[in-house]
Amino acid sequence: MSLPDGNAPIRNEPSMITDLPEIVMIGLNHTSAPVDLRECLAFSTAETEQALKVLKKDADIRELLILSTCNRVEFLLTSHRPEGAIAAVKTFISEAKSIPATRFESAIYTYRADEAVRHMFRVAASLDSMIVGEPQILGQIKAAYKVAVETKGTGVIVNRLLHKAFSVAKRVRSETGIGDRAVSISYAAVELARKIFGELDDKTVLLVGAGEMAELAVEHLHRNRRTGSLFVANRTFEIGVNLARRFNGTAIRFEEISETLKIADIIISSTGSPDYVIFSGMVRPIIKMRKNRPLFFIDIAVPRDIEPAINRLNNAYVYDIDDLHGVIDENIASRQSESVKAERIIDEAVIRFRQWYDSLNTVPTIIELRNKLTTIAETELAKTVGSMPDLSADDRRALARMTESMVNKMLHDPMRFLKDPGSHRDRSLYLDITRKIFNLEDE
Amino acid sequence: MNLWFIPVVACYLASSAAYGGYLFVQKNRFHQAGYALMLVGFLLHTVVVLAEGFMSGHIPVQNLHETLSFAAWVLAGVFVLIRWRTRLKILGVLAAPFITLITTAALMVPDKEVEIQTSFSSLWLILHVVVIFIGYASLALACGTGILYLIQERSIKGKKHRFFYRRLPSLELLDNTGYSFIVIGFTALTVGLITGFVYAQAVWGRFWSWDPKEVWSGITWLIYAALLHERLVAGWRGRRAAILAIIGFAAMMFTFLGVNFLLEGHHNEFTRW
Repeated sequence: MSLPDGNAPIRNEPSMITDLPEIVMIGLNHTSAPVDLRECLAFSTAETEQALKVLKKDADIRELLILSTCNRVEFLLTSHRPEGAIAAVKTFISEAKSIPATRFESAIYTYRADEAVRHMFRVAASLDSMIVGEPQILGQIKAAYKVAVETKGTGVIVNRLLHKAFSVAKRVRSETGIGDRAVSISYAAVELARKIFGELDDKTVLLVGAGEMAELAVEHLHRNRRTGSLFVANRTFEIGVNLARRFNGTAIRFEEISETLKIADIIISSTGSPDYVIFSGMVRPIIKMRKNRPLFFIDIAVPRDIEPAINRLNNAYVYDIDDLHGVIDENIASRQSESVKAERIIDEAVIRFRQWYDSLNTVPTIIELRNKLTTIAETELAKTVGSMPDLSADDRRALARMTESMVNKMLHDPMRFLKDPGSHRDRSLYLDITRKIFNLEDE
Repeated sequence: MNLWFIPVVACYLASSAAYGGYLFVQKNRFHQAGYALMLVGFLLHTVVVLAEGFMSGHIPVQNLHETLSFAAWVLAGVFVLIRWRTRLKILGVLAAPFITLITTAALMVPDKEVEIQTSFSSLWLILHVVVIFIGYASLALACGTGILYLIQERSIKGKKHRFFYRRLPSLELLDNTGYSFIVIGFTALTVGLITGFVYAQAVWGRFWSWDPKEVWSGITWLIYAALLHERLVAGWRGRRAAILAIIGFAAMMFTFLGVNFLLEGHHNEFTRW
């Protein structure tokens, strides 16, 4: 491609080429941090909003998204000074959660540029999940993205990255068998229940809280038994009533949990409560009243709902989200080939995202814009000249000069603006808009 | 020593090997082979026991060799019968080696003639011995199931889902099976004790003579009675029931063997060499 003359001055300004902020991912997940650390660092929706507001004020952070689920706490951001931004996030976590940075330092990973993009895609596609292929994570990311957008935390790069992440996740789901095997928390939980109870048909289930994950577990449990009753306890009684209706169960009030434990065999808990909901002292007398019939607690919540000490009581078994991981380990091998396919889809998406990201640089955008206008001008010129055979060579040159200078004049102001949109403005936004307006996406 | 005894032990040994293979490979044909070998061993063993009985004219429990052999025979019989009725395939992994162990022990101890003063041909005595041994066998299997329960409970509680977790059945099944073994064993033990009293009354003129074996039988019986009582009333199940089944079995083993070696009494002449 021969560059038009107008590019020369731009090339002389190297700062223009590296003007894009870098994409950074800082966080911890179920592989890097144990559940007790994750529950210490988890952010509720309100806390997330607060965190977004505080961190957005940091000079080093341009765009920010916070994803906090049971299995991960991650900060996706863009920054011109990534080191400063990373340090700012760590300091913020330490202050907001009032724990020394040394406690979580080793659990934190940071990814930058392509690696950050890849990580985001893998998380969205549920490849980085504790239970690979579980479907809940996409909804959680969408919710996190919504919060970030509402607090104006995101800009063009994070927006694009997230939209791409959603479409990658969709592709992975539809083109690979990763989600098919019902490999989820619920699957693991049912398997365990079978090892404890043998038959599940006559077992009573108590659902505490109404998380998406817990609902899936109940659904799965229902598919694996013919009879057996279900109780739903929720802090908001109405939600519990609706959920109970869906599963043909009975809604109970939160205060009735301890009474219901006398008849329930399997307890699935996923409340948003920061403290334990069911305590060892509460269960101990109940086990006696139950004549030692076993109790199986499945704790899907982070922070945990069920006091871990209950596991030490006779005939009571407690599995939290980390423990369930162990049950599924076996199935990982069989999914390996599907993961390979999924990773390939992600590799492709990362490369395409990289191309788009690079195009956000001023130089390529201006080159493409100029090329596009020049091509149009030259095509039209050739058409016009072709229909006028009487023109002399001089006339043709004059027309060519005219169209060229028209292109240059038209490009002058936009180019100047794109080179320096003003110190407070987000250049990537205008570059992105320019590319959209002039349809520069598909070269 | 009876030469017929060697193929019996060989069958039991092969059965143990097949069950061992089943534990590792988890292929159905392994436990099927184990069961078939156990059945063949039991049938051969039956021939040996009957031959011994007919040759001597009374029930073959006159010395330690015969008693051990008889115990193993009854255990094999109970196992064959029970395995046919329950789904507990994995039980053979414990039962087959245990039967092999007893028969091997029987092979090791000298099979010498013992002077017997008391009559061994009484119907009451035969009933007493057979029923008691069936009780022992069931309670041995209850102990085995208890051990399996503790292993499985440990792997579920400890959240280590490795080797045994996948191989052992559900806690509920283990608990229920162990419970049935104890019910059968306890019933047999009770009947055995009663027939023993009747026999004692007939021979010595009194039901109970504070013989050490009698005392220890009483202790064993009380342990199992307590276990059953607690299960029915307070709902003792799971871990505690499993531990008590193992303790009860230990007491029973002491009644069976220990008493004869360590203490004096009128059962001595049957089991001492």
